[in-house]
Amino acid sequence: MATIKERVSEQMDRLRGSQVMDSILRPGSPFKKGYADSPRNRSYVIMNNVLYHLHPVKVKRHGVRLSYTLCLGGLSFFLFILLTITGIFLMFYYAPTAERAYADVQALSTGVAFGSLVRNMHRWGAHLMVLSVFLHMSRVFYHGAYKPPREFNWVVGVVLLLLTLLLSFSGYLLPWDQLALWAVTVGTNMAGFVPVVGDQVKFALLAGPEVTAATLLRFYVLHVLFFPFIIVIFMAVHFWRVRKDGGISGPL
Amino acid sequence: MAEIPESLLRRSAEAKAKALGVPVEQILAEMRGEAPPTPPPAAAAAQPESSQPESSQPESSQPESTQPESTQPESTQPESVAAASEPAPAEAVPAETAPAQTTPAGAVAVADAPAVPESGNGHSGNGSGRVAATVSPRPVAPPTGAPEGVRTQRLLTVVKAKAIQQVKAEPTDKVNTWPHLMLIEFVALLAITALLLVMSVVIHSPLLEPANVNATPNPSKAPWYFLGLQELLSYFDPQIAGVTVPTIVGLIGFMMIPYVDRNPSTKPSDRKFAIMLYTIFLCGSATLSILGVLFRGRGFNFSYPWRDGVFFDDLKDWVHFE
Repeated sequence: MATIKERVSEQMDRLRGSQVMDSILRPGSPFKKGYADSPRNRSYVIMNNVLYHLHPVKVKRHGVRLSYTLCLGGLSFFLFILLTITGIFLMFYYAPTAERAYADVQALSTGVAFGSLVRNMHRWGAHLMVLSVFLHMSRVFYHGAYKPPREFNWVVGVVLLLLTLLLSFSGYLLPWDQLALWAVTVGTNMAGFVPVVGDQVKFALLAGPEVTAATLLRFYVLHVLFFPFIIVIFMAVHFWRVRKDGGISGPL
Repeated sequence: MAEIPESLLRRSAEAKAKALGVPVEQILAEMRGEAPPTPPPAAAAAQPESSQPESSQPESSQPESTQPESTQPESTQPESVAAASEPAPAEAVPAETAPAQTTPAGAVAVADAPAVPESGNGHSGNGSGRVAATVSPRPVAPPTGAPEGVRTQRLLTVVKAKAIQQVKAEPTDKVNTWPHLMLIEFVALLAITALLLVMSVVIHSPLLEPANVNATPNPSKAPWYFLGLQELLSYFDPQIAGVTVPTIVGLIGFMMIPYVDRNPSTKPSDRKFAIMLYTIFLCGSATLSILGVLFRGRGFNFSYPWRDGVFFDDLKDWVHFE
């Protein structure tokens, strides 16, 4: 009489060996039946997976040390993904109108399952992302990793930092409370100091001379659609150039 | 005519020697034109030549020649007997159709192809009539295949080593991404997720009173990452602190770093000045931000957080207890 454990593992084996699973998993997947740890399979794990494929099959040994990169670039990207997921959740419960915005955020904290948790994750995750992007930039600077042939990728990285700040800043207005309103007022006032076109820039950002309901809609669209769209393009270039410029920099 | 590298010559000689069962040196000498040809082993079909001048060379029964300069018919061909020098009609048989059964000097090769009728009479060489070989009076026998054990190849081209690919990179010490890097990344993702979850459970996001354009809070503060700038604004003219520093220094200056810093070294000991500058920037922006977050109270005047409280609404509900 087989034990439950044996029966379960037998069924799992059958499942992993089935045609369906076999068709889903590409060669080299560690979940595939009969996976063996071999140099070739180690390559396949990376090559045959759409996500892992961001990585090269092999990386320089010094780049694997946690203390070299602190994983800051990867964590920035991961936080971006987390923010996308939590942000989509929040979009279901939020309308960017002056009448509803504040009440929606309030209801989110009290009347929606996990609403408060997800909102907190979105907010603190955004702050963490600003921090990790900035620290990533500092890490790259201290390693001199912006030097040839990586000059252009540094430029792309600075644009990404700017976009991260813009994403965070445009989201700041959405709760439509006093904190949001006045932080954005102070922030956009700085844009008004730009010579010659300052007032025009400010007007375009705010959809008027000061923060109004139109500003809320504008920031909402920028926040959920425009900036994510742009930042994804720049991230794609950034990651691609990391590979094309020779992978991780160094060793020092 | 390209010079045939010694190594190729040797390799081809070895192959031919093996096929014919004679010493390599003999073949080599023959290929260089220093010795008479070796009689073929058996009844290999005699063949006309191939139209590729450099490499063709009948291997078969004829005397042949290794040839040298294509432009000089009468040149050094050793004993090319008969036909050798008969200038062939210019319309040489195209290579593909010409049956070739040659073991040329350079690198060899023979391809067997069905004989075409007209090859019997005019083989030829290229217009200049260099060599060619064979002349068997009888119409060519269509070789259907090479004799047993003889490898047949055709020389396409001789490429000098160099040029196509040059490997510049030194081999480096690498490890497999899976599992060495992926494992670390996975743990890092788990760690940041755990940190974020704990933060989200413990710290509540602020939500103040509804927006009201008529009630300006005191003080009004920007998000923390702009507070360093706001702090600067209280010391300098807006044209400087609000425009020059963020756009000129912050954006354009940072983008230009790789083009301004011409020092090729990445060693910290070689980059003391760059590291010093960046560290000053880091410390400066951290100081300004902390000042702006914690030490600015009503009217954006200096205050002490331990005396007057923290005027920073992001941290208003710092710890959330039910």
